[in-house]
Amino acid sequence: MDDKLVIAGREFNSRLMVGTGKYATMELMQQAIAASGAEIVTVAVRRINLQSPGPSLLDYLDLKKITLLPNTAGATTVDEAVRLARLAREAGLSDMIKLEVIGDQETLLPDPVATIEATRILVREGFIVLPYTTQDVVVARRLGEAGAATVMPLGSPIGSGQGLPNFDAIKLIIDRVNVPVVVDAGIGAPSDAALAMEIGASACLINTAIAEARDPVLMAAAMSQAVIAGRMGYLAGRIPKKTYASPSSPTEGMIGRS
Amino acid sequence: MRLKVNGEEREVAAGLTVAELLRQLGIESRYLALERNRQVVPRQDYATTVLEEGDELEIIRFVGGG
Repeated sequence: MDDKLVIAGREFNSRLMVGTGKYATMELMQQAIAASGAEIVTVAVRRINLQSPGPSLLDYLDLKKITLLPNTAGATTVDEAVRLARLAREAGLSDMIKLEVIGDQETLLPDPVATIEATRILVREGFIVLPYTTQDVVVARRLGEAGAATVMPLGSPIGSGQGLPNFDAIKLIIDRVNVPVVVDAGIGAPSDAALAMEIGASACLINTAIAEARDPVLMAAAMSQAVIAGRMGYLAGRIPKKTYASPSSPTEGMIGRS
Repeated sequence: MRLKVNGEEREVAAGLTVAELLRQLGIESRYLALERNRQVVPRQDYATTVLEEGDELEIIRFVGGG
């Protein structure tokens, strides 16, 4: 089945994107990414420790197979996000940026106003911008108009594992924007990922649910299959929900009836 | 002269270039990026960018994140 994920004209076979945070070891991360089949992998940008630089994360990633998606995590202003994006581009040789501007430290919900503004600036500078956004359909539309390559609404707060309690809102975004919708954050179980894909999301971005699972490698494989199953279910077209039963077996020819 | 590197004050020889500073710090320049006074310095300019008194540098790399 030829069903590629297309972001700003670039084609990807996998609809699962994964993060690199929170792993117990680099080796475990490496194995989990391999098991996930992800082709887009997020990384964060931080100061080098001048006392002990240590090994580079990138030495553990197969850059021939994966596309790096640096994020602007930690940014709380347009200026910080733009600076992080420019540094990431210089460090990573890629124009793709997961734009994240946080508006509240407890919920880690995005600041929609700053995110739209930063999207405009970065698009002007030639970035392929994948903004992390709220579940608000109008904000998502504004991001699309600002030139975002995708919109990435949260399923639920980052790292919360609550899944998609407001999946109707996500569905609305999917229906009302013209760019791929990636459900980013909050996915806890494979069923959450499958649900996101069934309602028409173009991809899922998952970090904590894999990295902090008891067996991250097995969970990465499970998420991979869930995303595929959900996508196939979406393409196949689910039946509408009905109030009453409709028998699956013939009503004719039942024994003992006159 | 004095510089600020990743938020820390540092005393270095006058006329130092970015490339020389990185060498002194023992940092391999692969996969890093550097900002001088809030402007990214392109990798190819490290050898020719001469630092000045009071420069503020940020040297970053990729770490695990979501």
